[in-house]
Order: sequence, then C-alpha cells, then structure tokens
Amino acid sequence: MIPVIPLASFVLIIFFGRRTPLRGASIGILAVGASFLMSLLVFFEFLGEADVVERSVTWFRLGSFEVELGMHIDGLAAMMFVVVTTVSLLVHVFSVGYMAEEPRFTWYFAALSLFTGSMLTLVIASDLFLLLVGWELVGICSYLLIGHFWEEKENSNAAIKAFITTRTGDVPFVFGIFVMTIAAGTSNIEGVGHAVEEGAIPAAVITAGALLLFGGAIGKSAQFPLHVWLPDAMAGPTPVSALIHAATMVVAGVYMVGRLFTVFEASEQALLVVAIIGSITMLIAALLAMVQDDIKRVLAYSTVSQLGYMVAALGIGAHTAAFFHLFTHAFFKALLFLAAGSIIHAVHSNNMSEMGGLRKPLPTTFWTFLIGSAALAGIPPLAGFWSKDEIIADAFRNGHEVVWFVAILTALLTAFYMTRAVWLTFLGEYRGHGHPHESPAVMTGPLVILAGLSAVAGFFGAPFIEGGFRTLVERGGEAHVVEFDFALAALSVGLAVVGILLGTALYRTYRPRDPLTRLGPVYTLLERKYFLDDVYLRGIVRPIQYPIARFVNWTNQRILDGLVNGSAWLTRRFGSGTDAVDRHVVDGAVNRVAIGAGWTGGLLRYIQSGNVQRYAVILFAGVAILAVVYTRI
Amino acid sequence: MSFDDWAITLAVFLPALGALVVALVPGDRDRLTRGLGILFTGLPLAVGVAILFGFDAGAPGAFGAAGAGNALQFSVNLPWISVIDASYFVGIDGVSLPLLELTLLLGFLCMIYTWRYLPEPGRPKAFVALLLLLQTGMAGTFVAFDLVLFFVFWELVLVPMYFLIGLWGGPNREYAAIKFFLYTLFGSVFMLLGFLAMYFRAEPHTFDMLALQGAGFDRTFQLVVFAGLFLGFAIKVPMWPFHTWLPDAHTEAPTVGSVILAGVLLKMGTYGFVRIALPILPDAARVWAPWIGVLAVIAIVYAALACLAQRDLKRLIAFSSVGHMGFVMLGIATLTDVGINAAIYGMVAHGVITGMLFFLAGSVHERYHTREIADIGGGMLQKVPFLASILAFTAIASLGLPGLAGFWGEVMALLSSYNPAQGLSLGLYRTLMVFGGIGTILTAGYFLWMLQRVNLGTVPERWQTKELADVNAVEYVSWAPLIVGILLLGVAPVLIFGITNDAVAALTGLL
Repeated sequence: MIPVIPLASFVLIIFFGRRTPLRGASIGILAVGASFLMSLLVFFEFLGEADVVERSVTWFRLGSFEVELGMHIDGLAAMMFVVVTTVSLLVHVFSVGYMAEEPRFTWYFAALSLFTGSMLTLVIASDLFLLLVGWELVGICSYLLIGHFWEEKENSNAAIKAFITTRTGDVPFVFGIFVMTIAAGTSNIEGVGHAVEEGAIPAAVITAGALLLFGGAIGKSAQFPLHVWLPDAMAGPTPVSALIHAATMVVAGVYMVGRLFTVFEASEQALLVVAIIGSITMLIAALLAMVQDDIKRVLAYSTVSQLGYMVAALGIGAHTAAFFHLFTHAFFKALLFLAAGSIIHAVHSNNMSEMGGLRKPLPTTFWTFLIGSAALAGIPPLAGFWSKDEIIADAFRNGHEVVWFVAILTALLTAFYMTRAVWLTFLGEYRGHGHPHESPAVMTGPLVILAGLSAVAGFFGAPFIEGGFRTLVERGGEAHVVEFDFALAALSVGLAVVGILLGTALYRTYRPRDPLTRLGPVYTLLERKYFLDDVYLRGIVRPIQYPIARFVNWTNQRILDGLVNGSAWLTRRFGSGTDAVDRHVVDGAVNRVAIGAGWTGGLLRYIQSGNVQRYAVILFAGVAILAVVYTRI
Repeated sequence: MSFDDWAITLAVFLPALGALVVALVPGDRDRLTRGLGILFTGLPLAVGVAILFGFDAGAPGAFGAAGAGNALQFSVNLPWISVIDASYFVGIDGVSLPLLELTLLLGFLCMIYTWRYLPEPGRPKAFVALLLLLQTGMAGTFVAFDLVLFFVFWELVLVPMYFLIGLWGGPNREYAAIKFFLYTLFGSVFMLLGFLAMYFRAEPHTFDMLALQGAGFDRTFQLVVFAGLFLGFAIKVPMWPFHTWLPDAHTEAPTVGSVILAGVLLKMGTYGFVRIALPILPDAARVWAPWIGVLAVIAIVYAALACLAQRDLKRLIAFSSVGHMGFVMLGIATLTDVGINAAIYGMVAHGVITGMLFFLAGSVHERYHTREIADIGGGMLQKVPFLASILAFTAIASLGLPGLAGFWGEVMALLSSYNPAQGLSLGLYRTLMVFGGIGTILTAGYFLWMLQRVNLGTVPERWQTKELADVNAVEYVSWAPLIVGILLLGVAPVLIFGITNDAVAALTGLL
C-alpha cells in the first residue's frame, strides 16, 4: 500500500488538482503523509526484529519465464521507506511556499507524487523487473522535474542530459538483470540471491552480472564517469533537488547494490571495481565542489562525493556503514538544499558572489544551514560524523588503506568547501540586490525539523547504542566493527577542523577573485570539470547528433533509395527500348520494369490508365512459370 | 448457424459491405457517409469484442495442429475455388487475435477522426469507402488460414492504400503512392511464388497453412521458399534496407492513412513471419534467423540515427517505426517463446503508440499547417497545452518507459536476444542485444530532442498572434482508447501475453 497511495495521488492531482485546496498540493501532502505514517509503523516493527515480508502474485508469464508483481519488505526497505517518505513529506510542505509564485504549481505536485510512488515501488519491489519499472519511472520524474521551468532552453537541456546519461547506465543495468535472471532462472531478487549462495552460477557470470548491474548505479547514483548529469540537474526547482537529486532518487543505485549485495559479495573483482569507482568519485567531486559559485552546484558535487562514500563503503563490504551514511545524508543534504532554496527564494540568485551577510536577515535559514554543514563536514555529535566515521573506520580496519586515505582526504575537502559556502553566503557583507527576507513558516518549519533530524539521526546508529540502526540493515556474517575507535575518530575530526580553519582563512574576507584561482592550471582543470563534459558533448553527442545522423540520412536518401530509384530508372530505359522486352522478361526483372514504369512522368495517370493490369498479367505469368521452375528444385 | 461460425466473417466483411452501402449513398450526403463509416467499423469492433470475450486463451492454437481443424477458434472452412483446392478458411488463435482487435479498433478510431477531419480534396464518399475496403483487407489477412485467401486479403490492402496516398496525400503524393504500390507488389510477387511452390511441393497439394506445417519439406526447398517469403514480408515490415518506401508513404499519406499504415499494415509483414514462414519452414528459419536479427538491429540503430536528422515531424515518426519494427523482428529472430511473445506484444504496442503519434502529427499539422519542426519552433505546451501534453505522453511511451506500452516488447526482445534458441550463435545474438540497447539510448535521445524543439521553450513570434485551438471533442473521443490502451498494456502486459503465450509455445515447439 505504501507506494500505491502516492501513485493514486498522482492520478487524482492530474485530473482534479486544480479544484482542490492549495491547487492539488493538499492531495499530495495527505497521500505522502499517509505513506509516511505507514512507513513509520513498518519501521518500528522492524526495529523490533520483525520477519521479512514477501508477498507476490504472478504479473505475467512468457513461456517458462515468470515475472511477478510483489513486495519484499525487510529492515533495509523499511529504513528506505522512512527516508523517502520523511523527506518527501517535508519537501511537499516546503514546496507550498517555495513554488507558490511559480507556473504549473498543480502539475508540480502531481509529479512529486508520481516520483514518491515510483521511488517506493523501486524500494519495495521483490522482482528485478518491477524494480526496473520503478527505476525508470523515477528517471522520467527526474526528467520532468529538472525541466520544470522549460521555457529556458538551458533547463530542458539539463533534463535531457540527465535522462540520456542515466539511461546510458541503465542499458548495462538491464543487461545485468538479464544475466542474473537467466543464470538464476528467476527474476525474483531473493531467488537470485539464493542461486548465488548455492553456487549454482559460475563465478565469471556473477562478476559480469554484478558489473553490468553496477552500471545502473553509476548512472543513477551519479558515479564517475557518468556523474556529469547531476550538477546540471540543479536546473530544477530547489525542493526537487533536495528530494530527488540529494536524498532519494540518487541513492537508488546504492540501494540496488545493497539489495543485490549477495551477488556483489560473491565477486571480489566486482567489489573492487565498486570500491575504486566510489573512491574516485568521492575525491573528484569534492575537488569540484571547491570551485563552484552556484550554491546548488556546491551541494550537487557534495552529493556526488557523498554518494561516492556510500559506494566505496559497499565496495569494501561495509554494507551497514554505507546505509547508515545513506540514512543520515538524506536528512542533512535535504536540509542543505532546502536551506539553499530558502536563500534563493530570498535573494533571487543562485550565485554565492551575489550573497553574503545573510545571517541577519535569514536567521533560521542560517542556523539550520550551519547545522547541516557541520553534519556534512563530520563534526560530532551531528549525524554525518557517526556515519562517515563508521565508513572510515571500516576501511581502515579491513585493510583498505587506499579507500581509507581517500576518505579522510575527502573529509578534509568537504569541511573546506562547506566552510567556504557558509562564509560566502551568510557572513561578510551582502553583495546582492534588494532586501532579502526570511522565508515563511511553511518553509522554515521543514528546515527546523530536518535540522533536528540531522543533529540526532546519528545517535541512532552510533557505536554505543545497542540495536538501533544495525538491527535494520545488518547482514548475517558481516565483519562489522562495532567498537568505537577514538584515535581514528579524532583524526577525521581533526582533519575536518583543519578544513574549516583553511576555509575560514581563505574566505573570511570576500575577494571577487576566488583565492583558489592561484592554483593556476589546476583551477582551470577543476573549473572545466576535468573537461569531461566537453569530451562527452563534443566527442560523442554532437557528432552523433549532427554529422553522423546526417550521414545516415544521406545514405538513406542517396544510396538505399538511390538504388531503388536507380534500378527503376535503368530498367525503364531497358524496357522503353521495345515493348516486346516487357512482355518477354519473365524473371524478377519484370518487377523492376514495373517499378521503372512507375517513375515515368504522369505516374498516376499511367497506373490508372490500365497499364497496371498489363503489368499484373505479366507478373502473374512470370510467377506461374517461376513456380513451375521452383517446384523442380 | 451460431454466432461463432459467423463472427469472423462479420468482423471482416462488414466494412466491405459498408463500402458498398456508402457507394450507393448520394455524393452530397457528407455527414451520412461519414456516419456510415463509423457504423460499419463500429459494428465489426463490437463483434471483435464479443470474439475477445468468447476466446479461450488456453486452447491449443494453430501451430503444430495439422489436420485438427478444431485447434482454431471461431473457425470456418468452406470450399472456395475447388480447382486449386483453395478454401475460405478463417479462424483465430492467440497470435492473430491481438492483431485482429488492433485492426478493428484503429479502423473505428480513424473513422471517428474522419468525422471531423477529411483531408483535401474532400470527396467523403470515396474516402470512406476506400477506408472500409482497406479495413476488410487488413482484418482478413490476420484471420486467413488459406494461403490463397491470405494473398487475396494481402493484395486487397494495396489498392485502397494506394489511392488514399495518391489522392488525399501531400505534395509529393504521386511518387510516394506508386513507390509504395510497386515496392510492396514487387515483394508480394516473390511471396506468392513461395506460396505456389509450397502448394505444388506438398502432397496432396494444399494451400491450407495448418496442413502445410506437417508437409515436411526438405531443407534446400525450405531455404529457397523462405527467401521468397522473406522478400514479401520484409518489404512490408519494412526491414532495413527495404524500408525506403515507408518514410515517403507515411509523410505523404493523409493522417488516417498514416495511422493505419503504421498501426496495422506493417504488422502484416511481421505476422507473416510468425504465421507462415516460421512454422512451415522451420529448418530455413533457423538458417535465416541470424541474418534477420542482424538486419533488425541495423534497422534499430540506423533508424534512430536517421530520426535525429529529420526535420519533418511525420517523417521522424515514420523512421521511428522502422526502429520499433526492428525490435519486433529481433524478437522473432531469436526463435524463442520470450522473443516471439515480445514481438507480438511489440506489434500491438507499436500499433497503439505510433498510431497515436501519427494522429498527433496530423492534428499538429491541422493547426500549424506545417510539420517542419523548426517552423513550429517550440512552445506548444504554452500554445496548445493539452495537445502538447498528449504528444509528450505518447513520445515517452514510444521511447520505452516502463509502465507504458512501449516497454515490455522491447525489453523482452532484448532479453530473448541474450538467450536465443538453441543452435543460434550466442555471441552474435548478445552482440545484437548490445547494439539494440544502444538503440534505446538513441531512441530516447531523438524523442526528447523532438519534444524539446516542439513542446518546450517559448512560443515563437509568428504563432503568438495566431489563434490555435486545443484538442477538440472528436479528437478526444478518437484518442482516448489509445491513451488508455498505452497505459493499460504497460501496467498489465498480461493482457497480451496471456493471449499469446500458449499459441507461441506451440509455435516454438515446431522450431
């Protein structure tokens, strides 16, 4: 039921939205609220060690192959329910204020509902194909919402880029589903897991399957080298960025890997690739976050980087830590985005160079943003500290030095870029236009709630708590470190403090020219996003879009069609010499003559004046003779 | 005589009767003529619905049931031309039913659309009569189980379509009409040749498709005959590189002509493969299948690339048809349960979606009087929001979004290509799968780009002052079933698979 309610709400809003209170928003809020309450119920049931629920009916059968429509609820799914519905509910409420003046208000809420329902479908699915349905549906919602302000071409470009880039990852993902489905003989996720555990599938097939599946995560969870869509996706309304492009949809890849972790665990090579991709992503994205002027882009790259943490954690087998980080990150990143939305609402600009000094006019936004930043930077006792520390500790103790090193280095960079953002936005002097005002309560309310969650969510999985988060997602036999290592924690906090101090030192006084430009070519490299976008656009997209497509069209018109028209022309010349030729040609050339005849002038008249009958006679005479020849073969 | 004996005959020939009635109506009775058109496609549709409810999906179907006339449902088998043993043998099984229903539905919706839109130069009497005649030919093709009967229906389709394009088409209609006519005639000659060869080779001589399944032709003979049938069917589908008649025919045809052409006519080719070529010539099918698969995937990628270069909305949709039919052929080429089921699903889905797209292209043209993407220039969502929303919905369905009809046919075709029938090269088919997958990315690309250029952005200056009406009642009525169908098939693919599954299982049993 949990996903069904928002899906029904989508339909209701589409058809009746305009006539209801708040122009459709009320239906969406009610529906997501109902889902939220049910999620909480399920969640607490699983905290009390409830049994996994799996129910399904046959969706359809194809020969011997069966696809089921079913749900599978375990602790992991219950946790995701809470994350999705909590953030979705708060974003719905926030949007009532944020989108009040914007076009297509009702449609916006319909799309939010559709997204929420699709995301929950993805989470609850017991079958790989149903998961794929949810997976693609959230993708199209993302497309629709990124392009919400489609009057500007830039925004619709970003929407297309997001869809095509993630679909590039989806194709291997679909192939991965094929590989595992065919190998296991079922598309049921549990069934696939069992087949892997029983050793029924050869190792090479598992590795291939896992890597292909991971392709989907690379696209959806914005991992290197397909991360390029996420920063552009910031073209969408900011609450959408909070919900879809920070807290929920982008973690679908992480969730999928976690759901199919049995498959990944069975292949060391696959896990290694996952760890490498995650590490690369967390570092390169954190570096990019340092040079952005658009506050949403800072947060976007930060999201990419934090997703890198989760993926890398999965890669080193730290399943619980990865999901703990997913859990805390959802709250503080949604908070940061909504706070950024509140700022943008006030100053009508995304650029930090036009902000500054907003602490006074926007006190609630300031304090909540500060809490979110500190949580992201890993300052104890806020949420991000506990989850990030757990990943770092797991990496260290399980002997993954490289991942560990990248992770603490990224922690330093994270603290740095968030400090930079806070200074540029809230402190110093205001550099923008007009007089910004604090947002209405409908917007600050969700901020305060999320700030509260960002502060305390970490305790839920903190090492000294018995049970808690671990009961939800821990897997049997996982080598999971429970004890708290003081030295490691001190080191990562210390690095975070260094990052904060560095950031403060550089951005304490505002300079129109960013101090980092002194890095010279390195800065250029970062500013140009490692030239990846250029390579993709100029190296792949544009060539296909223009020269290659035009060439193909040319071959169609000139070569393939040319052959048709040419042979017609030739045989017409051949046939027009003498009428007798027409009558006596009794093989396939007859037809060519017929075609050729068609291309003479006054074609329609030619056909209508009875000649077609003559040709038909010839044709069928030829057919009869050929038929006799044929049967003698 | 019960309803069961008459059902198919009614569904097939009521439109022809309608054509006759329309011919007797005085030429100035425009409304009456169009009303008769709706009536004589509505009645067969009602019969079709009755057939649907009377159909037993669990029955064995036509494959592998040589001689057992009861395998078909609603079947009638009467002597027709006794000199050549041709008979009036019609019936239905799980493979033909979805296509028959699609034909009946699209024909009816086209007539409703015609109630409001009659292309230049008017002449409702001829237009409606030809559409009705066309309807009989198409419906008959999907229920004929005698090769001669099949051929007659098959060719019956050509003539009305030729006139529809040639008389009511766009500026380049004469070229397009003749190209369509002669190109498909060229193919069907070879098809007929194959039919005749099978007739003479079989002992006793017969045109009965069911009997021929048990004829046990030798391999060499099969290979040669398959080649003949291949030309006939492949041109109709159309498969790459025989597709060049299609963009011209589609672009020039009047709106309902395009809808029928894409929605039903192309399926006659793919249906021919499934109904005739595969079960009667299984040895040849195994040899030919990889080649068909390769051509199918070339079509997918080639058409997607060509779509990117199109400037005309209708021509773009026409090329997209070539790509989608590529997925259908890929499914057939795997010779598996999954693949052939996916193919039939894909045929219906393509009929519903692309039929809808052509309706939309037509209605855009009615308003803007141009189909050039650059001339429309964007902003349709502002100017005509409902029309544009439906266009977006349908385009997204066409690019294969799950939950909508376009998805299952393609993804299952790719799945079957990962795991083709025994004896087919795994390496080759998996390579085909990869290229098919790349095709889906390109497909998403050209559709989203089209939407961006047509729907999004602001209204160009030249359209700002013009009054353009949004979707009207007639359009809503003729489109609603398709929109609902797109959604319903996507959510409940069992609607098709449930019908086709057992019949296809019997077919693959022959391969």
